[in-house]
Amino acid sequence: MTNSLHDMGGMHGFGRVEAEPDEPPFHARWEGRVLAMQRAMGFTGLWTIDAGRASLEALPPLDYLGSSYYRRWFLGLENRLLGRGLIGADEIAAGHSLRDGAPLPRKLTAAEVGKILLRGEFARPTNQPARFKKGDRVRTRNINPATHTRLPRYARARTGIVEAIRGCHVFPDAAALGIGDNPQWLYTVAFTAPELWGAAADHDVTVSIEAFEPYLDPA
Amino acid sequence: MPDDHTHSHDHQHGSELSEMDARVKALETILTEKGYVDPAALDEIVEAFETRIGPKNGARIVARAWTDPEFKRRLMADATEAANSLGLVSRVGSHLIAVENTPETHNLVVCTLCSCYPWEVLGLPPVWYKSAPYRSRAVIDPKGVLADFGVRLPPDIAIRVWDSTAETRFLVVPMRPGGTEGWSEERLAELVTRDSMIGTGLAKLPQQQVAVE
Repeated sequence: MTNSLHDMGGMHGFGRVEAEPDEPPFHARWEGRVLAMQRAMGFTGLWTIDAGRASLEALPPLDYLGSSYYRRWFLGLENRLLGRGLIGADEIAAGHSLRDGAPLPRKLTAAEVGKILLRGEFARPTNQPARFKKGDRVRTRNINPATHTRLPRYARARTGIVEAIRGCHVFPDAAALGIGDNPQWLYTVAFTAPELWGAAADHDVTVSIEAFEPYLDPA
Repeated sequence: MPDDHTHSHDHQHGSELSEMDARVKALETILTEKGYVDPAALDEIVEAFETRIGPKNGARIVARAWTDPEFKRRLMADATEAANSLGLVSRVGSHLIAVENTPETHNLVVCTLCSCYPWEVLGLPPVWYKSAPYRSRAVIDPKGVLADFGVRLPPDIAIRVWDSTAETRFLVVPMRPGGTEGWSEERLAELVTRDSMIGTGLAKLPQQQVAVE
């Protein structure tokens, strides 16, 4: 979902950033298992990384805010598995499988783990020219889809400058819905802090987002 | 102690720990019995993140950029290609972008929407990077965030915040500290902290390193 609590940029009230000295990779064993299950199930090809993000954004607001990071991941994974009929609520209650598993497109073996330790390739070929070039003034659209998007609320209906063209990439708004890659040109668009936050904001602060072409109009 | 972190808003509480232990074990059992996951593969993933993938990879990249102008040129042009030319213990995937701190500009990286992070070169993101305080404030109050980390910058320096809203990933190249002329790449790498490559810190000064040793 788009306008949910995950879209936090610019919110007030969460307090200081508190860093933990010598923080370990995981604070409990289960956190590492959640990360590993998430990666292993991602490898199966049953869903895209954007569908995974969308499942976290769809958590009830109090679950989202009240859960640690890996608990959110766990709840999202469990919901995806249940929603696709890959496991049953009765099996979760039993703590065991009660039926045969569904066939998977592929399964991650220990020998193949190296493959998921390398980030995926999100660039896609296109025969469409990029609509914008470096230095162009652009205005972000005012969109509020009920489904996944990567245009944060704080950067909607704002005017910025195209700083770089990053290539043509998988479009998350489509990939999250499982309707294909729908590749789109991706740009780094920079905004002054006063454009984002009003005249009282620091004039020596600039914030950029990575913006897909369907988020942008010429300004 | 793993279950004793109560100072952060984003940490699990003791009750969550026992609840999650049981729920995660149950889910892993079900997925294994159904043939969806191989527990040996899960072990391998956890081990990689605990032992091989971490900020030492990023520190090597930065130290090389400080000492080798040709490498730095390649890094700024295509950070993925440049990083992989170093033969790091773990390869780096596509779309890594290096952004350089200068006397005029300080860079800060955030993901306001989730937790996008260049984990191949920095390891898993720390809890604070994924927390609501950082994600909410980095874009509206970056100077306040830097103050939380005790970072003091000259008053006339511009702040540039990068919100990682796509699959591009950003690695900050901090400024090389003075007093390190003639240092080896290995020695310089020890000055490059994880936070200095996110932008919430600066590279250590030579005297700080001596103090640690």
